[in-house]
Amino acid sequence: MPDVALATPPGMLRAAWLVARKDLAIEFRTRTAFFSAMVFALLGLTIFYFAWDATAVAAIDLAPGVLWVIFTFSGLLGLQRSFGIEQADRAMDALLGAPVDREAIYLGKALANIVFVAGVQVVALPAVGLFYNVPLGAVALPLAGLALLAAIGIVAVGTLFSAMAVNTRLAELLLPMLSLPFFLPIVMAAAQTTARLLAGRPASEAWPWLRILLAFDLVFVVACTLAFPFTVEE
Amino acid sequence: MTVHGTPAPASAGADHTDLLLPVGFVAVAAVYVRAIFFTPVEAVQGPAQKILYVHATSAFVALYLAFALMAVCSLLYLVLKDEKLDRLAESLAEVGLAFTTVVLITGPLWGKPIWGAWWTWDARLTATLFLWFIILGYLLLRGALEERGMRARYSAVLGMLAALLVPFIHLSVYLFRTMHPMPIVLKPSAPSMSPEMLVTFMSSFLAFTLLFAGLLRARYRYATLRDLLQDREAAR
Amino acid sequence: MPPEVVSSAPPSTSVVEAEGLVRAFGARRAVDGVSFSLAAGECLALFGPNGAGKTTLLRMLAGLLAPSAGRCLVAGVALRDGARARGLVGLVSHASMLYGALSGRENVEFAARMYGLPGPAAAATRALSAMRVLDRADAPVRSLSRGLQQRVSIARAIVHEPTLLLCDEPYTGLDEVGSAALTSALGERRAAGAALLLVTHNLGEGLALATHAAIMQRGRFARFERRGDVDQSLYTSQYRELVAADA
Repeated sequence: MPDVALATPPGMLRAAWLVARKDLAIEFRTRTAFFSAMVFALLGLTIFYFAWDATAVAAIDLAPGVLWVIFTFSGLLGLQRSFGIEQADRAMDALLGAPVDREAIYLGKALANIVFVAGVQVVALPAVGLFYNVPLGAVALPLAGLALLAAIGIVAVGTLFSAMAVNTRLAELLLPMLSLPFFLPIVMAAAQTTARLLAGRPASEAWPWLRILLAFDLVFVVACTLAFPFTVEE
Repeated sequence: MTVHGTPAPASAGADHTDLLLPVGFVAVAAVYVRAIFFTPVEAVQGPAQKILYVHATSAFVALYLAFALMAVCSLLYLVLKDEKLDRLAESLAEVGLAFTTVVLITGPLWGKPIWGAWWTWDARLTATLFLWFIILGYLLLRGALEERGMRARYSAVLGMLAALLVPFIHLSVYLFRTMHPMPIVLKPSAPSMSPEMLVTFMSSFLAFTLLFAGLLRARYRYATLRDLLQDREAAR
Repeated sequence: MPPEVVSSAPPSTSVVEAEGLVRAFGARRAVDGVSFSLAAGECLALFGPNGAGKTTLLRMLAGLLAPSAGRCLVAGVALRDGARARGLVGLVSHASMLYGALSGRENVEFAARMYGLPGPAAAATRALSAMRVLDRADAPVRSLSRGLQQRVSIARAIVHEPTLLLCDEPYTGLDEVGSAALTSALGERRAAGAALLLVTHNLGEGLALATHAAIMQRGRFARFERRGDVDQSLYTSQYRELVAADA
């Protein structure tokens, strides 16, 4: 008899980690998506600067909005690719055939996407500081925390929609169409909080926004994890 | 050849005429005759106030009937996997989109004379606009999927998530406004309505609900017939 | 939905047991009531024209599609019960199911880990060498020829030593070395007690390996018999007639 008895299928977190590591290995091997997203972010930052009259609008007022709009759009580039790599040779079938829960696949994909988005952000954040002459150093830590909260929300929804969009005729067009309305509360909360951080206001002023962001993350991580199996089965 | 699992044609009989839809149209027209000619002009807002008989009622139909029901149908579909629920959600989305479009057009028409601007980022208006975007996305998604089971599952997932999103949008836009003083606009507190106005308003609600029901039934019947036709072709 | 009576069913001696499997897409029944069972070491060769429902059947048996009706047990475990049963099945399909950017070894090792094998690296090496592709195992899959990709894909499908192995045209694209490796790998799996379902358009190839043969047509098994009861040349001409009548 085959020694299947010896094999113990990985648990939820272990399987998620395996999927995430595999995705990151592929990204690290090709790097195309990461570099495109990075260049896109830098390009976006510079173009936004010239879209406003620098004498009329202070760069420090501009920076928070630009930062989070760019953050969102470059994140979409990473999400686009997330299920694209599964689609090419139907590797998704092998993932779904493995003895792991569907939720684990979703969480793994989402984890890899968070790393991707965070990676782009590590480049984009200092670039905002540089180009818009904003002293980010003092608020680096709270800003990083904020970026993580925003990334969780964006990736939770975006990963699910990426899994759906990849199976449609409109693929690349549909993902932003579906995702952007969902990103509105995130962008608002993140930009408002950043503006207050940069203005040196007390953290309590941003608390109502942070509460929305936290609630969004919580609600959509749970809802999208539960919804994911419906997007792949039957 | 027998066709399995197809919707019963009886409920979708193409030969019997549905009176609900014409009744709805006539009711709306009648309410309008009353609103324009037999209801007094509001003192502060002037004739523009009459738009609210369309605007508020359409908003009620779109938000509280169409989209609330659509969210419920989506959720139920994921549990029960009944194609009827998917067809109902599809019909609700499309009819709801029509009413939301009316809301978005009449809102600025009323806002220009009253608020002094076509558009304000009022919390309700913004939430409605984004709902409109989401429903457009929902219908686009449906159009981009061939296989019926997959289309039903995907749209149910989106319908459910949209229902979760709307409170967040409303909350954040509301917070945005309360924390940013907006240019001061004339925003009259709801004036007490005269009995004639109240009657017009209530009959307008009723007429629009009738129209909604008529449109929904027509759209649902179309969806049923379309699927039936598709099934017959597939089974051939 | 049929009642699940897994617990009260007598212990099954079959490796795979399909009962009245149906899969409908809308009103079209791609698979319309298929039942069969295979014991350890048995091999079913499945023939049929394009669109007969063979791929749909395979995807249901692999746990990728939920049946609209009927049920399927693999080694006594209902596929519907989720993850554990899927781990007993291996699938070779038209698509390679590989990641082009990763090497063959990484692909197979990833699969081994997803199945929770105790020694994923060693298991991957074993499977890749069984398919005689070990010497190219460290090149990105994308750079390999179609045939070598197919070998890696098969290695991926057998790395966890599945109890039920589903193969959809596995010989396509393989050269002589690859075909021989596949045949011996299949033989090895069967000797170890696995059942094999082989979908192919090549009747000779299928009948050479099979203990059972079936012809699928319009979602049903038009014929199902033991290999021993079948005369190859007669079967071939009957198959052609059946397919011609269908078209």
